[in-house]
Amino acid sequence: MAKLPEQEELLHYKYDIPSTEWMDTPVMIKPGMYCYGAKGKNLETVNFPHARDWSPAGEDWKLPENWKEIILTGMAERLNKYRSFKLFMDICVRCGACADKCHFYMGSGDPKNMPVLRAELLRSVYKRYFTTSGRMFGRLVGARDLTEEVIREWWYYFYQCTECRRCSVFCPYGIDQAEITIIGRELLNLIGLNTEWIAGPVANCYMKGNHVGMEPQAIMDNIEFMLDDIETITGRRIEPSFNRKGAEILFVAPSGDLFAEPGIYTCMGYLMLFEQLGLDYTMSTYASEGGNFGFFTSNEMAKRLNAKIYAEARRLGVKWILGGECGHMWRVINQYMDTWNGPADFLEEPVSPITGTRFTNARSTKMVHIAEFTADLIYHNKLKLEPNRNDHLTVTFHDSCNPSRAMGILEEPRYIINKICNNFYEMPEETIREKTLCCGSGSGLNAGENMELRLRGGFPRANAVQYVRENHGVNVLANICALDRASFPALMDYWVPGVQVMGVHELLGNALVMDGEIERTLNLRLEPLPGKGG
Amino acid sequence: MKIWSSLLAVIVLALLAWAGIEVLHLTALFGIIIPYIALAVFLTGFAGRIIKWGKSPVPFSIPTTCGQQQSLPWIKQDKIENPASTWGVIGRMILEIVLFRSLFRNTRTEKMGSKLAFGSSKWLWLGSMVFHWSLLIILIRHLRFFLNPVPAAIQGLESLDSFLQIGVPLLYITDVLLVLALTYLFLRRVAIPQIKYISLPTDYYPLFLLLGIAASGILMRYFLKVDLAAVKELTMSLVALKPTVALNIGAIFYIHLFLISCLFAYFPFSKLMHAGGIFMSPTRNLANNSRMTRYINPWNYEVKTHSYAEYEDDFREKMRKAGLPLEKEG
Repeated sequence: MAKLPEQEELLHYKYDIPSTEWMDTPVMIKPGMYCYGAKGKNLETVNFPHARDWSPAGEDWKLPENWKEIILTGMAERLNKYRSFKLFMDICVRCGACADKCHFYMGSGDPKNMPVLRAELLRSVYKRYFTTSGRMFGRLVGARDLTEEVIREWWYYFYQCTECRRCSVFCPYGIDQAEITIIGRELLNLIGLNTEWIAGPVANCYMKGNHVGMEPQAIMDNIEFMLDDIETITGRRIEPSFNRKGAEILFVAPSGDLFAEPGIYTCMGYLMLFEQLGLDYTMSTYASEGGNFGFFTSNEMAKRLNAKIYAEARRLGVKWILGGECGHMWRVINQYMDTWNGPADFLEEPVSPITGTRFTNARSTKMVHIAEFTADLIYHNKLKLEPNRNDHLTVTFHDSCNPSRAMGILEEPRYIINKICNNFYEMPEETIREKTLCCGSGSGLNAGENMELRLRGGFPRANAVQYVRENHGVNVLANICALDRASFPALMDYWVPGVQVMGVHELLGNALVMDGEIERTLNLRLEPLPGKGG
Repeated sequence: MKIWSSLLAVIVLALLAWAGIEVLHLTALFGIIIPYIALAVFLTGFAGRIIKWGKSPVPFSIPTTCGQQQSLPWIKQDKIENPASTWGVIGRMILEIVLFRSLFRNTRTEKMGSKLAFGSSKWLWLGSMVFHWSLLIILIRHLRFFLNPVPAAIQGLESLDSFLQIGVPLLYITDVLLVLALTYLFLRRVAIPQIKYISLPTDYYPLFLLLGIAASGILMRYFLKVDLAAVKELTMSLVALKPTVALNIGAIFYIHLFLISCLFAYFPFSKLMHAGGIFMSPTRNLANNSRMTRYINPWNYEVKTHSYAEYEDDFREKMRKAGLPLEKEG
């Protein structure tokens, strides 16, 4: 990774507009703002068309001969398949309500990051080829020809959108740039244009079951390390099961939690909770990914990757599925999974074996969010908690985009945090809940080579964290998203040093009193707990 | 340039009507034929667009949730902003359509050095509300030209609208508000650099057209005072489908009518169709209940997946070594 630009340099922008109109302003593919092009071999793994190695920085993108025809046919097909696409192309009035709602616009000042203009990149082509007025009046009605230059612009800006849906909260017609980006990326994939940071994980997930490409024994080894640490911390040896038939519950986490810091601490929290409950559950090395980078590629690819969750639940004969803390994973589970790969009629309506609570809101998908599950446990006093173990932490909560705006799981994590932490402060209200600001790295943008983009996109969120740090001394950014855990540490180090990033179940693991545990002197990161000797 | 061309287009239209009446005396064309055609284009175009949208399915349940979901019984759900039932969706849609709920959320982002500030920004919401509601009331008021006798409700609305009792004829408040709101909507489009940057001629044109309609209407009512009885005779004859050419109505009336005809004919092919589109927006008109009730995609199709059996084939030895249960030993 190249040296990061200084803050001053990064913040040296204004919300000005260029002197040339946007259609006359050529796209500059700027290093630090994009991810490397997808490698041919990874696209081939999932049988994607026109797989090849190519470089976004190069002049020649090696487009297939008939690329234009492919794109236009692809657009026609999608206009017929998605009312959202057709409608959102037609009804925007360019009122500009969305303009300053995008974190990438807020953090870069690039007008093509205003959601309305990012949509206009595609809308102008739609008008030119699919509307009479566009064919007749051209630029007068905002239509333009589809050229290679336009393709470059699409690729650059559709991978500068995290599909966070913040703009759609403010749009008077609910026009959702995520939807437009999703379609835009699908179109680009038709001519072999993707990013390696997405295509690699997709290929991994398809073949090995998870984005990070862990083979079965590697997953078990990683968990083994966590179990060693848990034993050091609590004196308890946990023995979870893998691929076990006949378990009551299949637990599916985002693979980030199985793989690296700080996600693994969240995973330790899950494991300790399940052990304490005596839960009859198993994890799968095959369905070892709740997340879905296919969703950042095409609807079909997302469905192909998602299929293994129900397939594995059926093979193992479990009753229902419990899902870990993850953002886009839950958008997919809440809004897509049952539609794609259901009906899950081989499973039962989820019931908590501990409290007897029926999760009627998940009666069709049969999949429960762990924050719902844990909130229910705490509400029924089934957990012994010592929140004062977290007293040295002053916590704020980052609502992840998808759980907020494509599901609405807002109170469950807050309820848990309030029971396990004594110091909790909200960020300003314009930056939380449905108005939450993205981490800037979602939808497959959390690579290293595009760090400037991520820093810019994460700046508005970091700014709100800084506000609570200055006013309340916040030192922990809690969240329920694996991507947040993967991306925020670097962003916090850069913008708001001294703020740690923790999953809610890491905090829970620290506060949880397990039967027969030794006196805790260490937290889940094996750091001494203040005031506890150690 | 974008602005001037739009303004010019509206001026040319107005001049066309003026010349058509004053010079060429084409009263039948401007009073009967064009309005009929415009109305036909509007109705078929509007319906056609709705059908065109309706033909494309909504394959996934994609509401944008703006509040707490329905989950555990002791957690209070936001039944309007994150509806799980049809009634909740209806409530949400009413708030969107009648009160412009989402626009009311509007904030303004400002960068002050190394800090971002979010301020409340309700002007766009206010301007849009005033514009749309004034236009609706004015439309309803105009029904007096198409109904005989004029229903009491419309007369009541008229007296409410003119309750300030200013001048003769009485000044309608909505006339003033409409012009003010349109002027605001125009000014913000040119004064805010970002909005100006994204604006197309097709964003200015409807504003000018509406301003032209309002201006000609105001001129006619308050200043040039056309023969209202003659106007009503014409409009009623249009309604009765026995159109008779009316003489002696001033050219200003025909300009007004022609601009309205242009608006109607333009409507279905423009962004003005947001009026119909908002009802069909899948991020607003769907319930967030896709975990409770399976949402069906009509074009869902089988896809190629990498099955567990294939996975086990790939990793059998490693899985055996790790002590994982296997489906096949071989």
